[in-house]
Amino acid sequence: MSEEPLLYTKHLSRRVKERFLVEDVNLSLYAQEVLAVVGPSGAGKSSLLRLINRLDEPTHGTVYFHGRDYREIPPRELRRRVGMVMQFPYLFPGTVAENIRFGPRQRGVELSDADVEALLERVGLPGYGDRDVSQLSGGEAQRVSLARTLANEPEVLLLDEPTSALDEAAKVGIEALLREILATGEFAAILVTHDLAQAGRLATRMALMEEGRITRTGRTEEVLHAYQILS
Amino acid sequence: MLTRYFHDPITLAAVQALIAGSLAFFVVFLSYKLQLRMERDISIALVRGLIQVVIVGMVLLLIFQEPVAIGFVILAAMMIAAAQTSAKRARGLPDAFRVSLYSIVIGSGSVLLVAVAIGVIELKLSALIPVGSMLLANGMNTASLAFNRFRGEVLAHVGHIDTALSLGASPRAAVMPYIRAAILASLIPRVDSLRSLGIVWIPGVMTGMLLGGSHPVRAALYQFVIMSMILTVSALTSILAVLLMSRRIFTPAEQLILRGGQE
Repeated sequence: MSEEPLLYTKHLSRRVKERFLVEDVNLSLYAQEVLAVVGPSGAGKSSLLRLINRLDEPTHGTVYFHGRDYREIPPRELRRRVGMVMQFPYLFPGTVAENIRFGPRQRGVELSDADVEALLERVGLPGYGDRDVSQLSGGEAQRVSLARTLANEPEVLLLDEPTSALDEAAKVGIEALLREILATGEFAAILVTHDLAQAGRLATRMALMEEGRITRTGRTEEVLHAYQILS
Repeated sequence: MLTRYFHDPITLAAVQALIAGSLAFFVVFLSYKLQLRMERDISIALVRGLIQVVIVGMVLLLIFQEPVAIGFVILAAMMIAAAQTSAKRARGLPDAFRVSLYSIVIGSGSVLLVAVAIGVIELKLSALIPVGSMLLANGMNTASLAFNRFRGEVLAHVGHIDTALSLGASPRAAVMPYIRAAILASLIPRVDSLRSLGIVWIPGVMTGMLLGGSHPVRAALYQFVIMSMILTVSALTSILAVLLMSRRIFTPAEQLILRGGQE
């Protein structure tokens, strides 16, 4: 890939109390690609996503988005364009539709009922708008969480262990949904997961993270192979 | 009964205080029996309370002869002490002393000025200090409650707050539900006490005025004035404290700092 990356990190680091959670990470993300970040738990994968979403501040290094140091972009705008789906859905109390409308409302945009329904159809939950979030199953809640992030029309999706809190059946459903959404090529995505098989199925490229550092990047099969030899 | 033996009012009051205090030590005994492990705390609080309040009485005796202006100096010192007390309740919250100080000074100061202006509090030390301290003590208690609740709510909803931020919400919008919950929770005792005024209890000011021989309706109205001022002080202090604090738990880049050791 010779074109400019959509987003890249440069010496990205976060140190808390003498310990590096993320250390000198240099990663690029190109348009339309799905990059999986794999590695053992506690390796700093989620910390890395939080840094890219700027929910935490780098102690060293930075992120470039469209060639621009992301510290020059207002945080709210950055977070909208680089959307994040967390491990837990963290739905806000109220209805499904209110959750979907949350993001756009923050910048004064009010989604119509039709917009909401279109998003719900996209995540396989048509007609769910009026449901109270307390009535949803784990898988349904994660779908709403995904639709809520999509409502902001992000260019990049950061997926932080999106299926790890779900039971097996729901996991299969969410993974299929993610594959469908990522296959449209509308988004570039960084998928953090400890599930190597899932990374293999969803990602086009892979980075291995250990103890806060990226130790290997490359085509999915190569990294998988290296990781299996290491562990 | 006792009046037969003690004719000097001060001696009489001291004897009464001793007897009332001994009754309270019965609670210490109960605490020991029930293993509440509060014996030490209650005993110290009783002795300390007695000594403190007598010292205050003596100080008031001395300063009541001084010019009125000194009252404002004393109230200012009390506000600083109040801010320190409620800041202690705000452990883990950033810049707590300054936030409490601002909110207590503005919350109780503004109401105090109005009270003096409309003559509810006479411009003399014997009125200014006790009523003023009552107002700011209520502000302090409310600020403590509000801080405590706000910290609890935020720490219990770190994931929701991060999610709201990551969806493009402002820090204010991200913590708005918890700002509301904290203000509401801190004001419930005040609203309840106003609601039950006269039905469940006849509060201190009115009791004092009745004991002093005031007209009951006048005492009642004065009590209402005091209670509604307490409510106003509490609401202003609580709202200011939580709003000012809600800004300080975020970095300039709109990241949540208050996370309870989570990373």
